[in-house]
Amino acid sequence: MEPIQPASPVIRTVGLTKRYGALDVLRGVDLEAREGEVISILGASGSGKSTFLRCLNLLEVPSGGTLNVLGEDVRFRVKGGGQQIADARQVNRLRSQIGMVFQNFCLWSHRTVLQNIMEGPVHVQGRNRHEVRAEAEQALERVGLLERADYYPSQLSGGQQQRAAIARAIVMRPRVLLFDEPTSALDPELVGEVLKVMQDLAAEGRTMLIVTHEMAFARDVSSRVVFLEKGTVRVQGSPQDLFRGGMDERFDRFVSHFSRQG
Amino acid sequence: MDWAFLFATAKTLLAGVPLTLELAVTSLCVGFVLAVGVAALAGSRFAPARWVAALYVMLFQGTPLLVQIFIVYYGFGQIGFLRASFLWPVLQQAYWCAVLALSLNTSAYGAEIIRGAIAAVPAREIEAGRAIGMSGLLLRRRIIWPQALQYGLANYGNEAILLLKATSLASVITLMDVTGLAYRLVSKTYRSEEIFMVAGLIYLGLTFVIAAGVHLLERRLTPCRRV
Repeated sequence: MEPIQPASPVIRTVGLTKRYGALDVLRGVDLEAREGEVISILGASGSGKSTFLRCLNLLEVPSGGTLNVLGEDVRFRVKGGGQQIADARQVNRLRSQIGMVFQNFCLWSHRTVLQNIMEGPVHVQGRNRHEVRAEAEQALERVGLLERADYYPSQLSGGQQQRAAIARAIVMRPRVLLFDEPTSALDPELVGEVLKVMQDLAAEGRTMLIVTHEMAFARDVSSRVVFLEKGTVRVQGSPQDLFRGGMDERFDRFVSHFSRQG
Repeated sequence: MDWAFLFATAKTLLAGVPLTLELAVTSLCVGFVLAVGVAALAGSRFAPARWVAALYVMLFQGTPLLVQIFIVYYGFGQIGFLRASFLWPVLQQAYWCAVLALSLNTSAYGAEIIRGAIAAVPAREIEAGRAIGMSGLLLRRRIIWPQALQYGLANYGNEAILLLKATSLASVITLMDVTGLAYRLVSKTYRSEEIFMVAGLIYLGLTFVIAAGVHLLERRLTPCRRV
């Protein structure tokens, strides 16, 4: 599903920085994600890719630079040499339109799968419970978990939990989905079922930003690959161009390192 | 064994059960309200509030309950402005002195249980709540408190049992609870072993009921732990 018009940016960062004390994790990241793009963010551990993703929905507060989400500049105020969120309401409003899938699933352990999925639409968005229920069941069916609706997270495998977490994110009808290493905590045999669901979402034309170590997925599913190194964008481009090799020596070395690992 | 005497004793002592339960339940409720307040102070971003909470907990955990009961019962009467205040008609009664001392004491332990239960809620599940746009009261009501309740319930049930047994100290300030009645009966009959054995059995029975109740509540409230 290629957008016909040049789509508007869903997320735009300019010179985004993040500092923890003396440690510069992000040193100015410029990135624009347009509607319908599927962007894989790659990088070695410590390159800042997870921190960058978490800045986009303000789970980390950037230290500097500008962050524009869904056409709105996120407002910050300076306090004690650092930045803070200036408008908590704005952030909550934006967060409810940004879906986030975590490495460790982070389902609420005191609620069933169905309750997990209905929580946001009913209690944050204030939507009608019956409508939400129908939509939640649809989402569960999509990720193949309808018969597990009344299970608690602790009764599910990691792959099932992550699929439930994806269902939880999509019933919020988000404008963009963020995935923070969604398969890194899974046993190898469970990775495929999660990637399959993500591939379906990408094929639907959803806007997605994915921090991942799954090279094959980045190459085959994403529309753009962004390679972070030491807190900045080292190189970015289409997966075809980048994975062909010869575009950036550091990226090639990074990829060959991964393929050696198998 | 003198069964007739044991039954007569049981009948006498069971008359004290309502007072024992009343002391325990009232103190548990008042203590819980105080405990929530103290736990809120302990979790405050404002450092002096945390110090006040720490001092409160240290004072009540660090001194014997019996001493606390004596201070309230004998000590408060020495304080002029308390005698003059509207509180005096209440503080004059041994019953309310016992309730006050027991409530303050249990609230210190309760505050620690609540603080621990809140701290036990996994940070990443709270983060998942923030990530969908929750904050403030909504986040607490939907994510933090329900989970803290699950973590804290067993410990608070324990505290309820400790409190029930602690009410026996109220007998030293003239209250005729189970222990008070037992003591009076001993001074009349000098048959202390039998009487205190019966008193002990009554407490054991009450404790069993509370423990069973807590267990039932736990099963109801934590379906997710039953895998």
